[in-house]
Amino acid sequence: MARAVTNRHKTIVTIAAWIVALLIFFPILYTIVTSFKSEQEAIAGFNLIPSGTLESYTAVEEQSGYFRFFLNSVILSVGSTILALLVAVPAAWSMAFSPTKRTKDILMWMLSTKMMPAVAVLFPIYLIFRDWGLLDSRIGLTVMLMLINLPIVVWMLYTYFREIPGEILEAARMDGATLWGEIVYVLTPMAVPGIASTMLLNIILAWNEAFWTIRLTTINAAPLTAFISSFSSPQGLFWAKLSAASTLAIAPILIMGWFSQKQLVRGLTFGAVK
Amino acid sequence: MATRQTSTLARFMMAPSVILLLVWMIVPLAVTLWFSFLQYNPLNPIRDGFIGFSNYALFFKNPAFAASIVNTLVLVLAVLAITIVGGILLALLLDQPMWGQGIVRILVISPFFVMPPVAALVWKNMIMHPGYGVFADIARFFGVQPVDWFADLPLFSIIIIVAWQWLPFATLILLTSLQSLDGEQKEAAEMDGAGFLARFRYLTLPHLARAITVVVLIETIFLLSVYAEILVTTNGGPGYASTNLPFLVYQKALLEFKIGQASAGGIIAVILANIVALFLMRAVGKNLDK
Repeated sequence: MARAVTNRHKTIVTIAAWIVALLIFFPILYTIVTSFKSEQEAIAGFNLIPSGTLESYTAVEEQSGYFRFFLNSVILSVGSTILALLVAVPAAWSMAFSPTKRTKDILMWMLSTKMMPAVAVLFPIYLIFRDWGLLDSRIGLTVMLMLINLPIVVWMLYTYFREIPGEILEAARMDGATLWGEIVYVLTPMAVPGIASTMLLNIILAWNEAFWTIRLTTINAAPLTAFISSFSSPQGLFWAKLSAASTLAIAPILIMGWFSQKQLVRGLTFGAVK
Repeated sequence: MATRQTSTLARFMMAPSVILLLVWMIVPLAVTLWFSFLQYNPLNPIRDGFIGFSNYALFFKNPAFAASIVNTLVLVLAVLAITIVGGILLALLLDQPMWGQGIVRILVISPFFVMPPVAALVWKNMIMHPGYGVFADIARFFGVQPVDWFADLPLFSIIIIVAWQWLPFATLILLTSLQSLDGEQKEAAEMDGAGFLARFRYLTLPHLARAITVVVLIETIFLLSVYAEILVTTNGGPGYASTNLPFLVYQKALLEFKIGQASAGGIIAVILANIVALFLMRAVGKNLDK
């Protein structure tokens, strides 16, 4: 009985889903389309077919040195993620493989640090950065982003490591593997997928962080979030250029995001929804 | 199994994370708490001194404070309502068999990956601009006067933008949860003649309860601190019409240099976030016990 309606049902669902999906995606689509328009076209009313000019892209680079901001975004997001992994992998490792009574409390406490609103510590951090000469420096911001994402990194790694069966470790030990051998030959290969997923999600989070990256930078260390925010002033009403800059700012992360849907659910719900 | 040697090692491995987070949490927060009891203005260093709870009193007396609290709550609640209801509907739709499901999913999830300033500027200039935005084009097509969104409906406009960013998150989580619903149970209910609404009410919704809780709590954490969207669109205005608590604290601290009051505001934000955090921890903690 169910089969007879399947095709009609599927067609209706498909049409409905595509309409909704395109509506949700529309602002992004329109931004990409507009980035290939000239400034005159961009304000000439609704039009989904651009002339295909690349002048906005070249203008963005020539007038504002777009690439420098892009590079800062890459350095900050990748750098902070690697730094966080270096600190978090041992911690998550020990919590997953030799848990104690306090492990759960420590994990919960780490999560609680993530909930501190940034504004609450804005001025102290600002003072520390100013006094240590870290304002507008890549190092300062990298450490900052690392600290912000560290709880999520530990948590994600923990949920992945916990799924590695402990028996494998014991078997390796029976076979006379040393601790070092255990880590390098047995655990690492099993842990790599989890570490990679964690890395992906955290690069995304760091790339899009838009409070500290805007407030603690001016020019030198400013990533794309700060660069794009500078377009908010009225004299920045060059829509084709804004679109080109926006497209370049979101494209890499959009593509990474598409590949990390599953990890995203897991990482952002701290393993509560899988 | 854990010998003394391994437990020492475990402690050693955990130390860097724990110490870093401990310092990161305690030092700045303690400084903020200290500042919140001081008369402190870097532009006017002569009048520094301990003034007890006066900053809190000043902050509470400031008409902007009440407005910012109301705006913060309205923003959080409205976005939650939109994303949860919309997310459930979308998840139910996307859970059905269709052609091109992979692409549809990618399109729907995309806004979540757009950095906040880009999302806000795109909506501000290309969609909601009263002269050149798509909404204005549509209004003119129907012969209606275009709405000046950010001047006339500032908070509502920001709600739309933030909801657009978080709808994909809610949808994705709810969809993941929906997909783990036992297919046999659904079929059994169908065989028993349970209609769509009955199945949704008694089978799907209870199954989604946990995912909904998680979405509500996590979104709340992030929504309590919406900042960039306000900065690049309305800048808190007109007046205080779209100023939330984080934005007010930012204005006090970095624009007016009223550090004492800003710190008091910051502490209030911490208290607010902690109330939410308490509930989130409980929900996540339950999962750990399983």
